[in-house]
Amino acid sequence: MIEHPQFEQRQNKRDFLKLMLSGSLLAWIGAILYPVFAYLKPPTQAEAVVSSVKAGKLTDIPLDSGTIIKFGTKPVILLRTAKDELRAFSATCTHLDCTVQYRKDFGLIWCACHNGKYDLNGRNVSGPPPRPLEEYKVNVQGGEVFISKKS
Amino acid sequence: MKQRLKEAYNWLNERLKLDDLIEFMGKKYVPVHRHSVWYYFGGVSLFLFVIQVVTGILLLMYYKGSEEFAFESIQYIMSKVQFGWLIRSIHSWTANLFVLTAMIHMFSVFFEKSYRKPREITWLTGMLMFFLILGFGFSGYLLPWNELAYFATKVGTDIAGVVPVVGRPIMMFLRGGEDVTGATLSRFFGFHVAVFPGIFTVLLGIHLLLVQRQGMSEPLSWENEAGVPPKTMPFFPNFLLRDLLLWLIVLNLLAILAVFFPWELGKKADAFAAAPAGIRPEWYFLFMFQSLKFIPGKLWVIDGEVFGIMLFGIAGFLWMLVPFWDRKSARGEKNRLITYIGVFVVFYIILLTIVGWAL
Repeated sequence: MIEHPQFEQRQNKRDFLKLMLSGSLLAWIGAILYPVFAYLKPPTQAEAVVSSVKAGKLTDIPLDSGTIIKFGTKPVILLRTAKDELRAFSATCTHLDCTVQYRKDFGLIWCACHNGKYDLNGRNVSGPPPRPLEEYKVNVQGGEVFISKKS
Repeated sequence: MKQRLKEAYNWLNERLKLDDLIEFMGKKYVPVHRHSVWYYFGGVSLFLFVIQVVTGILLLMYYKGSEEFAFESIQYIMSKVQFGWLIRSIHSWTANLFVLTAMIHMFSVFFEKSYRKPREITWLTGMLMFFLILGFGFSGYLLPWNELAYFATKVGTDIAGVVPVVGRPIMMFLRGGEDVTGATLSRFFGFHVAVFPGIFTVLLGIHLLLVQRQGMSEPLSWENEAGVPPKTMPFFPNFLLRDLLLWLIVLNLLAILAVFFPWELGKKADAFAAAPAGIRPEWYFLFMFQSLKFIPGKLWVIDGEVFGIMLFGIAGFLWMLVPFWDRKSARGEKNRLITYIGVFVVFYIILLTIVGWAL
């Protein structure tokens, strides 16, 4: 092939245009997709950070029972064991996010969704849960039960 | 009157060349053999889809897609609106039958190896529609905002969340936040009534166009029996009339189910109540749900749930790609391995579903 200076110049021009156009096309697609993806990402809402909640009067909590308490937006299970010990754990099953309950007949914390069981220390003892339940602190002040995050 | 109709037809024919279309339809034949009965399940699925669109639009007239009003609006439809109970029950029952007929349609195509060349794209669009049907089921299940739906959605979206790397962003996208809330309901509502129907309609269009263009698949054995003229039946009107008769029967079945077994509404969702005992997903997710129950919490270094979910994901993906790895059927040879795999999958699904139901 004979090198033709004019042809080469034209080819250069063509390559340059191709680069510019495909670059603009990419930028254009990006300019459309970025806002769409950003829009789909839910905004983080400023939540009041809850560090402690009042769970009610000690006299209202029966022995050998479990109650679900609102801890901010998360459920927490407050246990009063048969030996009159107060304990609190996150009520969200570590398996797939269901809410657990206290089963008197088992003497265990139980998740109905996939038959996961935790002992009264929140340890996963049977079924699919991979981790123990997170423990919360329980304090009694003047007959009122308070649940707070373990620091 | 007859003259008028003829004029109208001629007017259209001049512009759209309807005669060509009728000639094409007249040449369409349906193969007749001992497995012909399976040809009907595609048509029944199509019919059920149409019912879902119609009843879905009717429900939209009263449904309110928000945390405060969703449950109450369905209560209103069920108790105050004339025939509201009927429309809602038909929508729920049809959803279940739709999954069933689509499943039968899929398995029959699988066992007949009708996905083989040249129908790979028909199979792919069919599989994508099947996944969308499951998506319809999953998203629609949440819309009444009852207790069962709430926990089903928590579990379902959490399952998406355990997939490595992409899982968490997907879960956040589906839930519209960290937890299942009213934001999730809004998104699911949008998917259920706008996104999924739009995509589904496009896929359905391609699927049906391909069926028309390529004709009905013939059994593999026909290709091997040279010289014997295969038995066929004209599509129009013979097969179509049989189709219509079956649709009528299905519609009657739906009416019976909706009247005698109206769909329950349950209790309104409460984020601070424990998951109720005996909770289980819809029957078509039951085999996966039951499998997850059996996998221990930790398998060597990975979480059991991650293992199970990845396993189902990979299996579903391979299933969808069967036309591309089943070389034998593409060449027109018998492939027993595919049949064995299909039999195993069917038995696995039936067994785990029964176990999930009984336990």
